[in-house]
Amino acid sequence: MMQNNHVETTEVKQVAERLVRGVRVSAKALSKSYGGREVLKSVELDVKPGEFVAIVGRSGCGKSTLLRLIAKLETATSGDIAFAQDEHPPETRIMFQDSRLLPWKRVLNNVALGLPKSALPSAAQALRQVGLEDRAGEWPAVLSGGQRQRVALARALVHDPELLLLDEPLGALDALTRIEMQQLIESLWQKRGFTAVLVTHDVQEAIALADRVVLIEDGRITLDQLIDLPRPRARGNLAFAQLEEAILSRVLQHPASAPDGTLGDISLQKSVSQVQWAI
Amino acid sequence: MSAGITSSGVTEAAAVTASVAQATPVRKTERGDSFGGKQLASWALPVGLIVVWQIAAQAGWLSSRILPEPFAVLRAAWHLAATGELWVHLGVSTGRAASGFAVGGGLGLLLGLLTGTFRQAETLLDTSLQMVRNIPALALIPLVILWFGIDETSKLFLVSVGVFFPIYLNTFHGIRSVDKGLIEMAKSYGLSGWPLYRDVILPGALPSILVGVRFALGLVWVLLIVAETISAQAGIGYMTMNAREFLQTDVVLVGILLYALLGKLADVLARGLEKFWLRWHPGYQ
Repeated sequence: MMQNNHVETTEVKQVAERLVRGVRVSAKALSKSYGGREVLKSVELDVKPGEFVAIVGRSGCGKSTLLRLIAKLETATSGDIAFAQDEHPPETRIMFQDSRLLPWKRVLNNVALGLPKSALPSAAQALRQVGLEDRAGEWPAVLSGGQRQRVALARALVHDPELLLLDEPLGALDALTRIEMQQLIESLWQKRGFTAVLVTHDVQEAIALADRVVLIEDGRITLDQLIDLPRPRARGNLAFAQLEEAILSRVLQHPASAPDGTLGDISLQKSVSQVQWAI
Repeated sequence: MSAGITSSGVTEAAAVTASVAQATPVRKTERGDSFGGKQLASWALPVGLIVVWQIAAQAGWLSSRILPEPFAVLRAAWHLAATGELWVHLGVSTGRAASGFAVGGGLGLLLGLLTGTFRQAETLLDTSLQMVRNIPALALIPLVILWFGIDETSKLFLVSVGVFFPIYLNTFHGIRSVDKGLIEMAKSYGLSGWPLYRDVILPGALPSILVGVRFALGLVWVLLIVAETISAQAGIGYMTMNAREFLQTDVVLVGILLYALLGKLADVLARGLEKFWLRWHPGYQ
C-alpha cells in the first residue's frame, strides 16, 4: 500500500512537470438541433490545458456532435465554445473513425498534407514516431486498418496541435491493434502535452486513456468522473475494474433511446468491422 | 444514340468509384497469374474468324466482289502503304480526330468542372446542356452542312459535339461524387481554394473523368467515319468511299479494318492514361 502511494505521488509530480502546450476548451450552454430535433441540450464542459477527456455514451447520444462543434466542423444552434487564447484560434486537429487518407497521395505526402514542401522531413519524423517510416513511399490502399489510423495520427501530430480531437478513431480496429494504438496515443500525449478530447463507446478505452470520463445521455452530461489512476494503467487493476463496472452500470441504467443503441449491438458492430479489416 | 452511350458512361463511372472501396489484394494476384492466358484468349476469336474467312474465300464460297480473301486485303494495304497514299489518309483522319477530341473534350472538361464545382453554374447551364445532349450529333448533319459547308469546319464541329457530352457528364459526375469526408478532412487541415481543388477534388474526380475520356475516344471514330463519308478530299472515309466507286472491295475493307485498329489504339492509349494516373487505385494495379 505504502509503495503504491509512493508511485502515485511521483506520477502526479511527473504530470505537473510535463510540458503543457494544450489549450483550455470551455463550452457554455451549448445546444445543437438538426431539423427541430435537439441533439445537444445546453452542455457545459470545461477541459483544462493538457487534460485528456473521454466522452462516452450510447450511439446517437450526441457525443460526436459535441466533438464536431469543438472542431468547428459545425456551428452551434446556441451557446458557444471558447478557447483560452481567444486572439488566435488554436491549432486543432481531428482524427476520424475512418482514417480519411487521400488514396492518391503516398503515405509521406498524406502526412505532409497542408504543409509546404520544406516540411517533408518533419512529416517523416512524425511517421517515425508512429513506427511507419519504412512505409513512407506506399499507397494508403496497401496498408492495414491499424496502419492507416497510425498514419492519420502522424498527420495530425505533424502540425503540433494544441488540441487533438479523436472521433472514435479506434472503433474499427481489432482488439490487439486497439490496445497498441491506445498506448501510442497515450505516450504521444504525454510527450507533447496537447489537450485531447476522445469520443468513444468503449468504457474501458476511456478509463485507460482519460484523466476524466464524461457521460452524455440524451444530449446532456450526466456523469463527470475523475480517473485518478497511475499511468500506464493496467486493465487488470482492481480500481480500474471497479471504475469500469461503475461507469458501465451507469450507462446501462439509462434505457436505450433507440433499438440499435443496445450494448449487444455495439459489440456486434465491432466484430463485423473486425471481419471487414481481416478480409 | 449518343444519349444511350453517355448515360451508360455515368453508370460505369459509378461502378468504378464504388470499386475503390472493395478491391482486394487477392484479386490482384489472380489477375497477375492468368495475365498471359487471358491475353491469348482475347485474341483467339479475331484470329479464328480470319482463318475461317481465308478458308471460305479459297474454297470459292465467297465471291471476291462481296468479300475478298484476307491476303487480298493485306496486299491492298501493302500497296496503299507502299505508294504512300495510306499514310496521307491516315494522317488527315488522325489529325481530324485529335483536333475534334481536343476541342470537344477540352470544352466538356472545362464546363464539367465549372458546373460540378459551382452550384450557380449548374443551375445556369446544366438544364440546357442536358437538353442538347439528347440530340444525336449525327442528326445535326443537315444543319452543319448548311452552316459550315462541307469542308473541315463541319467535320471538326461534328466530332467535337459528339465528344463533348461523355466528357462533360463524367466530369460533372466525378466532381460531385468526391468523398465528402475527404473534403471535410482537407478543410480541417487548412486546405481551401486551389490547393483543395488540386489535392483532393480533381484527383477524386479523375477515375470518372477518364471513363468519359474512354467513351469519347470510342465515339471519335464513329463520328469521323460519318463526317468523312459526307464529302472529303482526303482521309480514310474518303479512301473507302472512293474505292466503293471503283468496286475495290479490298480497299474498302482496308479502310474498315483501319478504323477498328485506330479505335483499339485509342482505347490502349486511354488505358495507359488510367494506369498512370490511377496507379494509386487498387482497381488499376
